[in-house]
Amino acid sequence: MSNHAIREPVAVRWTLTAVALGFLALFLALPLAAVLTEAFAKGWGAYLRALATDVTLSSIRLTLIVAAISVPLNVVFGLTASWAIAKFDFRGKSLLISLIELPFSVSPVISGLIYVLLFGLQGLLGPFLAAHDFRVIFAVPGIVLATIFVTFPFVARELIPLMEEQGREEEEAALTLGASGLRTFWLVTLPNVRWGLLYGVLLCNARAMGEFGAVSVVSGHIRGLTNTMPLHVEILYNEYDFVGAFAVASLLALLAVVTLAAKTALEWWHRDELTATSH
Amino acid sequence: MIEVEAVSKHFGDFAALDRVSLCIDQGKLVALLGPSGSGKTTLLRILAGLEQPDSGRVRLGGVDATGLGTRDRRVGFVFQHYALFRHMSVAENIAFGLKVRKGPQRPGNAEIEAKVHTLLNLVQLGGLAGRYPSQLSGGQRQRVALARALAVEPRLLLLDEPFGALDAQVRKDLRRWLRRLHDEMGLTGVFVTHDQEEALEVADEVVVMNKGRIEQIGTPSEIYDSPATPFVYRFLGNVNAVPCAVSGGSAQVGGLHIGGGSVDGVGTAFVRPHDVEILELSPDLPQAVIRLVTVMGPLVRAEAVLPDGTVLEAELTRDQKDKLDLRRGQEVSLFLRKAKIFVGTGI
Amino acid sequence: MTTAALPLLRRTRVASSVIPGFAPALGFTLFYLSLVVLLPLAALLLKAAGTTFEQWGRILGDSRVLSALGLSFGGAFAAALINAVFGLLVAWVLVRYSFPGRKIIDALVDLPFALPTAVAGIALTALYAPNGWLGRHLEPLGLKVAFTPLGVVVAMVFIGLPFVVRTVEPVLQDVDLELEEAAASLGADRLQTFFRVILPAIAPSLLTGFSLALARAVGEYGSVIFIAGNLPGVSEIAPLLIITKLEQYDYVGATAIAAVMLAISFTLLLAVNLLQKWRRARMGA
Repeated sequence: MSNHAIREPVAVRWTLTAVALGFLALFLALPLAAVLTEAFAKGWGAYLRALATDVTLSSIRLTLIVAAISVPLNVVFGLTASWAIAKFDFRGKSLLISLIELPFSVSPVISGLIYVLLFGLQGLLGPFLAAHDFRVIFAVPGIVLATIFVTFPFVARELIPLMEEQGREEEEAALTLGASGLRTFWLVTLPNVRWGLLYGVLLCNARAMGEFGAVSVVSGHIRGLTNTMPLHVEILYNEYDFVGAFAVASLLALLAVVTLAAKTALEWWHRDELTATSH
Repeated sequence: MIEVEAVSKHFGDFAALDRVSLCIDQGKLVALLGPSGSGKTTLLRILAGLEQPDSGRVRLGGVDATGLGTRDRRVGFVFQHYALFRHMSVAENIAFGLKVRKGPQRPGNAEIEAKVHTLLNLVQLGGLAGRYPSQLSGGQRQRVALARALAVEPRLLLLDEPFGALDAQVRKDLRRWLRRLHDEMGLTGVFVTHDQEEALEVADEVVVMNKGRIEQIGTPSEIYDSPATPFVYRFLGNVNAVPCAVSGGSAQVGGLHIGGGSVDGVGTAFVRPHDVEILELSPDLPQAVIRLVTVMGPLVRAEAVLPDGTVLEAELTRDQKDKLDLRRGQEVSLFLRKAKIFVGTGI
Repeated sequence: MTTAALPLLRRTRVASSVIPGFAPALGFTLFYLSLVVLLPLAALLLKAAGTTFEQWGRILGDSRVLSALGLSFGGAFAAALINAVFGLLVAWVLVRYSFPGRKIIDALVDLPFALPTAVAGIALTALYAPNGWLGRHLEPLGLKVAFTPLGVVVAMVFIGLPFVVRTVEPVLQDVDLELEEAAASLGADRLQTFFRVILPAIAPSLLTGFSLALARAVGEYGSVIFIAGNLPGVSEIAPLLIITKLEQYDYVGATAIAAVMLAISFTLLLAVNLLQKWRRARMGA
């Protein structure tokens, strides 16, 4: 940008940059700093003690379990959906893509509500489930379902445009060379989208571990049983255990920062093999 | 021997191929030549099993292959944009077709490696085995794609616009090289092109296609010297197409006798520019006025206007031009060495 | 016609690819989509459809419900507007200017996507509470943020920020510098060039970013409830009211509010889509 005719005066540039950075500092850097400061307000000892309680540990365990179930399911879905959408032509494709992205425009609370309406005691399938003594709502299955719903589009949304961009010729080439459909998928399609897949998994996982609204509706907040980390943060906070709340929050913030770092690294090194960054 | 019998293919209500029949002899290199939308790529993809025809049959080596999947056809297909596996090295790309074979058909690793080595040398890429497609030039990618297709020892090699994405010089070198390679290996080959020069230079036989139908099949010289249809005339090389009238067995354009016609009526006469001879003004021959003289390297292009206003383009050598001292506005006489008349309107 | 039509028709032909696996892949996609998304959403519609006219009237006539919906949509609208202005500024600075740490800051813009909403909620509350880092200095000025509707807007600005920046950034990158040079050569000053040349070029993406930020903020729950104070009729958002109704086993009330929220959200998104389509058709692009 050395062109004089289309450059703003130095003073304008400085002012604009300062305002933009000030805005970002206010809304991004300060909250992050607040989490860490509050978590360590009473020192390392208090921080570690707050994390080492049984209920906190069980909330961490539940969060990991929920992510370990919902992320792989959405990966399988994302791969099949993008394979079907990108490698074949059929009517109603754009409707299907809109439906896949639908969960993004539904409030997290409503995402939880729909499962309560379906599986809750007063819900459509409630009596059936109660008769078979199987709990979905206020239990782990409900938490997993709500998490799957809110993270549903992440992997597919990353892979569909990527696979569409890559076209079908490489798969056709593999077939003319004698590869079966499954081997074509494993040897050609999957390696071609691996970085895009990882990108989608990162975002999907961050949301799965951090989801609050949807999970809050279906969890029932039973300590040690149906409390995920974000829900546990809320409980500790409402009990005025600020160090505890911010200590757990700091772990989630760490997850966010690691996710951002990994995502940025992917964007720097594999920009050509992602689509989210190159609309 | 490849036989295509009355093959049709529609995409929606668009007829990409309309009852096309074709026979290709063993060991020949055949060009499918036509403008885009003429159905040539569709025909190639049907030969490969990448598309299924709506009707008609395809026989490979006397055996009906119509319903056969692309995996089981043993054809080598070189894609227009090469379709190299971007995450595999050159050697891995070439070895792919051998590695995915199952059971006893799969050669041992040492054998595969030896074969890849041989192929790399054949396509003159000996030192590049470890490179990735993104690190290669267009011409190199083209040759990797060819080596990969040849690795499975196909009985038929199919190439979709093999030189389309390359720049002019690389294109020229590669097509001569492909011709030599084909002669050495004795494969049957079919390639698609929209470039008439390419088809005429490389192929043993040219199939000219238009709007899903075959216009003419013949050797390059047959196609160029005796086009069967007005389309072939127009598509292959530069041509003067002038309206003419045939009566009493003689065709006239602006007082210029251009040949005989068996059927009387209105039609179009096709004359190649190099068949228009410019002579010094002579009372016995029809006259014309030179409107434009353009020197293009060793050749000279001139436009002559007949008394009725018809413009004919002529091609002559520098020598001829200098002898005539050809200038704009000069009055000359014309002689047509060869012309072909198609009677009918709308040609 | 043939020349132009072929590639087009190829793309729209119906399932005749030689690549195998179409039926199982599409089958599984539809099955999983129905099971996880469509069926549960249908349950909501079914429940809403079973609500009587009188019940609708009672729920939507309730001033607490109305003010919650008003706060969710009004607050989201205000936050999206703020984000449109500052998001555009951030995108501009990140794309056009270079300064140390630009890449890191660019990456940080996505923080609200990655940071769990509950964490954002308690962090913002800690900042803006009357005894917090910022609240302490704002309070004497008579500016109360936490536990007021203003706090709701602050949280909504936080979670909506990346949407505007990320949709505007790539478009701003693609704006042809020659256009700006042409404007300058024709005598336009920088401000004129910005408003007459650059802004029209990025306006569609700005509108998209605005509507995405709006949609996200309308449904937002986690980052808002901590800072809002949740005073019924004042700083209570609609999603929280849904949860409150659920806890009182008022499924009908919860469903009705949810249905209204979804209906308004989808109508807004549809309107924006149509507007964009109309724009594109008019511009011929």
